[in-house]
Amino acid sequence: MTFDKAIHARFQVAWPGFNLDVELRLPGRGVTALFGHSGSGKTTLLRCLAGLERQSVGSLNFKGEVWQDDARGICRPTHRRPLGYVFQEASLFPHLSVRKNLDYGRKRVNGGHKVSLDHAVELLGIGHLLDRMPDRLSGGERQRVAIARALATSPELLLMDEPLAALDLKRKSEILPYLERLHDELEIPVCYVSHVPDEVARLADYVVLLSEGRVVAAGGLRETMARLDLPTAFTEDAGVVIEAVVADHDETYRLTRLDFPGGSVVVARRQESLGRRLRFRVHARDVSLALARAEGTSIVNLLPATVVEVADADTPAHVLVRLDAGGTPLIARITRFSLDHLGVTLGKSMWAQIKAVALLG
Amino acid sequence: MLSEANVAAVWLTLKLATITTVILLIVGTPIAWWLARTHSKWKGVIGAVVALPLVLPPTVLGFYLLMILGPRGPIGQLTQSLGWGVLPFTFAGLVVASVFYSMPFVVQPLQQAFEAIGARPLEVAATLRASPWDAFFTVVLPLAKPGFITASILGFAHTVGEFGVVLMIGGNIPEKTRVVSVQIYDHVEALEYAEAHVLAGGMLLFSFLVLLALYSRKGTSTWK
Repeated sequence: MTFDKAIHARFQVAWPGFNLDVELRLPGRGVTALFGHSGSGKTTLLRCLAGLERQSVGSLNFKGEVWQDDARGICRPTHRRPLGYVFQEASLFPHLSVRKNLDYGRKRVNGGHKVSLDHAVELLGIGHLLDRMPDRLSGGERQRVAIARALATSPELLLMDEPLAALDLKRKSEILPYLERLHDELEIPVCYVSHVPDEVARLADYVVLLSEGRVVAAGGLRETMARLDLPTAFTEDAGVVIEAVVADHDETYRLTRLDFPGGSVVVARRQESLGRRLRFRVHARDVSLALARAEGTSIVNLLPATVVEVADADTPAHVLVRLDAGGTPLIARITRFSLDHLGVTLGKSMWAQIKAVALLG
Repeated sequence: MLSEANVAAVWLTLKLATITTVILLIVGTPIAWWLARTHSKWKGVIGAVVALPLVLPPTVLGFYLLMILGPRGPIGQLTQSLGWGVLPFTFAGLVVASVFYSMPFVVQPLQQAFEAIGARPLEVAATLRASPWDAFFTVVLPLAKPGFITASILGFAHTVGEFGVVLMIGGNIPEKTRVVSVQIYDHVEALEYAEAHVLAGGMLLFSFLVLLALYSRKGTSTWK
């Protein structure tokens, strides 16, 4: 990551009862998830990046351009920062039609349109809604229009504040594929605020974990999710994200085999064609350990793995064991009793038994 | 049906109310905006000052305006040194008094409209490259349209209905400061009940229609 292509941010916000103090270097491409519980400061950080938080003190260097440097008295107001922002709740202008909402930002942008309006409309699938008023749209449609409206300004940075939080499960699954297309088709760096691990695992390339206004960890998605040294707030939902390829379909038993470096897992038959990439999550609580390859078990996904690290879990009765399965990290949540009973030590070869796999997408 | 003097009074009243309302929309909008958006400790003070005419007897307001605008008052000396003479007992003086007197009826509906809109639409507009002025004219004004209509109707109607302040600061000069409410008073004093009936009935009808219009459109959004 060279400095020129990166986003370097340093912000401090002091409110009664809450302090944000972060220093971050984010990649200039791909999706960065700002992940944490409510009150962790992730939305405040996003607003600082946008210049919406007037109380913030700090600096922001976007790919070599200074957007803010309070020490030197520089602060570009929000409307002079080439960014798009998608708010948590629907934020369409109620007095304008969908088309005029889309035009609002677009006609205020001078110069090149890297994202054409047609492309944004097509990407979010809102072509049939253009002449409607916002109050005639469903929640999911509104959020899609809001995303298209932000894209239509050809932003150099897209900021999204839990765009799915106000939606029910059905609407969420309606929008997620569009967000994945954004990720695949556009070169714009995206900062995505979320408190839902599955959303992060599905969309992000890079993760920033925030807790009480501080950065707890930052790094690539897989490395960060597999770390054990994080506060219990994150480890209670510990797990790893594995990127795999659809390798085989078994029509007799209606199963699909997914291959990844170091092994493979079998899941219920997927629609995706062979060769497609798929991400899945393995929760630590769904992984158990055995000394030998288990016989006579209903668990089909058994992987040989080496113990790399043991750490405290969210309860005193449990521990988290990080394993290396031929290059792919795994985390198992087992009891302290089992740890001692099985004699789990660093470097020991064991069998990981995966009870469940959460496919993302 | 209307005597010449009554026509003059009606015309003067409409002129006064129109000019006052226009001035109040121009002056009241920034005040209402500031009151709706500020976290300043002065918010309470300014808000209370704006609301004073709601509770003060018009004679008190008129008395102080007379003192300040009169020949020996600070504003009076200023207007004299500028060669404008003094404002009391002129139409201009009546406009100034009406602006103060009807201020809360314009500022408060606007303030409520701005508060209801909140900060979010402005933030959205900023992320869509609109400068604060741009956002005010393209987002806030259209969204606050119902508030502006209410403010205009109330400001106009309240100015038409004023009496005490007019008597204190304007006196009773035909075609200059003798508005309808004062004219009715004159008719009654002179026992011209028929003339008084015509104007009083007209005022009653006017006020009822204004309030009817106002309450009938409550709750309907105008941008749909």
